[in-house]
Amino acid sequence: MPIQTRRSHDGQSLIIKIQGRFDFSTHQAFRDAYEHGGKNVDGYVVDLSEATYLDSSALGMLLLLRDYAGGDNASIVIENCNNDVRKILTISNFEQLFTIR
Amino acid sequence: MDDSVAESAPLKILIADDSNSDRLILNTLLGRLGHHVIEAVNGQEAVFLFRSKHPDVVLLDALMPEMDGMEAARQIKQLAGERLVPLIFVTSLSEAESLAQCLEAGGDGFLSKPYNQVLIKAKLQAFNRMRLMHQTLSDQRDLMHVRNRQLLEEQHVARRVFDNVAHTGCLDATNIRYHASPLSVFSGDVLFASPRPAGGMLVFAGDFTGHGLPAAIGALPVAEIFYGMASKGFDGGDILSEINLKLVRILPKDMFCCAVMVEADFAHNQLKIWNGGLPDMWLMRSSTERFILPSRHLPLGILGAEQFKADMETVRSQPGDRLLLMTDGVLECTNNEGEVFGEQGVRLAVEHAGSESHPFDALMDGIRRFTGRQKFGDDLTLCCLEMVDEAGFAVLPDNAVASTLAGPTQWKCEYEIQGRTLGEFNPLPLLLHICMEVPGLRRKSGEIYTLLSELYNNALEHGVLELPSDWKYTSEGFDRYYSERTERLDRVSGHYIRFSLYHELSNWGGRLSCVCEDSGRGFDYKSHPVLQATEMVQSGPRYGGRGLALLKRLAKSIRFHEQGNRVEVVYDWYF
Repeated sequence: MPIQTRRSHDGQSLIIKIQGRFDFSTHQAFRDAYEHGGKNVDGYVVDLSEATYLDSSALGMLLLLRDYAGGDNASIVIENCNNDVRKILTISNFEQLFTIR
Repeated sequence: MDDSVAESAPLKILIADDSNSDRLILNTLLGRLGHHVIEAVNGQEAVFLFRSKHPDVVLLDALMPEMDGMEAARQIKQLAGERLVPLIFVTSLSEAESLAQCLEAGGDGFLSKPYNQVLIKAKLQAFNRMRLMHQTLSDQRDLMHVRNRQLLEEQHVARRVFDNVAHTGCLDATNIRYHASPLSVFSGDVLFASPRPAGGMLVFAGDFTGHGLPAAIGALPVAEIFYGMASKGFDGGDILSEINLKLVRILPKDMFCCAVMVEADFAHNQLKIWNGGLPDMWLMRSSTERFILPSRHLPLGILGAEQFKADMETVRSQPGDRLLLMTDGVLECTNNEGEVFGEQGVRLAVEHAGSESHPFDALMDGIRRFTGRQKFGDDLTLCCLEMVDEAGFAVLPDNAVASTLAGPTQWKCEYEIQGRTLGEFNPLPLLLHICMEVPGLRRKSGEIYTLLSELYNNALEHGVLELPSDWKYTSEGFDRYYSERTERLDRVSGHYIRFSLYHELSNWGGRLSCVCEDSGRGFDYKSHPVLQATEMVQSGPRYGGRGLALLKRLAKSIRFHEQGNRVEVVYDWYF
């Protein structure tokens, strides 16, 4: 399963972990992950520690999540990016929309 | 058709055997299984009947007079072409070598004599399954070919429609080199260039997320906005804001457009650039002096109007400077080992370009060497813009487009912008629009725009903002000039710039009088070298002097009033 979800220790946020390629093929799974992630979610963490690759459709999916999570009021953290993934996020200046750490 | 029905449907079977008794037995057996049989007594007749009767399956005796089974098999397989017609040898041969020869000649299998009905039935069913599967696959492949051809034809038609909207603008100008596949719009790439009314150029490159029709549809309004606004004199930032707003409205949430906007001002030797999500641009001054201009903004189509920042970065340039811009496709080129070209590839190609070679060629060669291919994919766009000396370079001819409307000939117009609006609004497209209603002036749109923009920029930067033009002598001063400009514009208040335009007709043409007044302190025009000179003097690299010299060349007369904060320019045009 390339996408796994779990709650953070305090139960407040939903952690979505992506393994392997984060591209159009994971579209439905990623969407299911946040839409069926349960109630009372205050924030989202996208864990990319095991993501090897990210393309522009993945950026689009992150935008969809942001919209789902409240647009400008969304609280989304993208964490543990490898250098290649981080570079793509930086070129697109996504740090203006997401907390990247 | 249901497969089980097809599999049990009667077959048209050609049998070739020189033995009358064997033929009779086989015919009877097959008839009992419900199949339709065609008989041939030798290979030659078999080939003849195959040609005229189109059987589904062929049963051949190996040894026959006239033409043996092997030769008949070869000819029948050739006639069948791509169609799979199972060819089964009926034989009493049992030596491996003879059997192998039958297969080499094109046979698909054997039935040994004497015949066994159960085996014949099973074998025919097996070969028929194979035949039907082959048929299905061929049909599907043919359908795919047809559909693919239709798709390509549709793309070519769509491309022509797109070209009518997004004509190539001035991409063919001598100072631009570019590579863009004719069908790149279907891979999401766009590249536009337009001359500006007052000289200079705007270049826009975009890369939509996604491929195919969705990306191409997004490109259409972008082209319309870009060319429409560029020709009316709007600057790059205004156009970007408009495109962004449009894309936010029409694109689904997960689609956006990485883009670069370049505003090249040859008269003042400066570039204004904006990069949102495209790879680093390279500004090359010589073989050793290079600057990287990275993406500093989110792509277009994501942020709403309130958050979107269209501020363009101003870069001082020199004639001969070359700006290289590209879409992701360049970085994503792969070689046979599956490695990507990447930023490193671009850097190496650019840095190893000799002083003689054009950076555009160097990068194209670099990509070719890396990929080992001469041709590029559709999603790779590369463009190089060279800064030129404006004298001797004209991209916008006097456009003598005849109008059916006579237009206004005698009119007066006063327009004043005040306070915060000075920092937020560029009045030039509006003023140009008013002047362009006069057919005689429309032919001179470039000169009129230059006049208006020199007057306006002079009033704003030197009059209202009190920026000293000599800061621009040095590169540190240049940066300081533009950061100060932004800062002072942000807190400007209590100021105004007023334009009074007056136009009248005469028997030789027409006259436009333009008075530009600002609330600044003015300047000592009486001792300004350009205004004192009786001959046309270019007073060095001084911007203010250059602007004034330009006004002096275009206008019939130029006069300063008050403390120098009121300028009156008279412009004549002739029938």
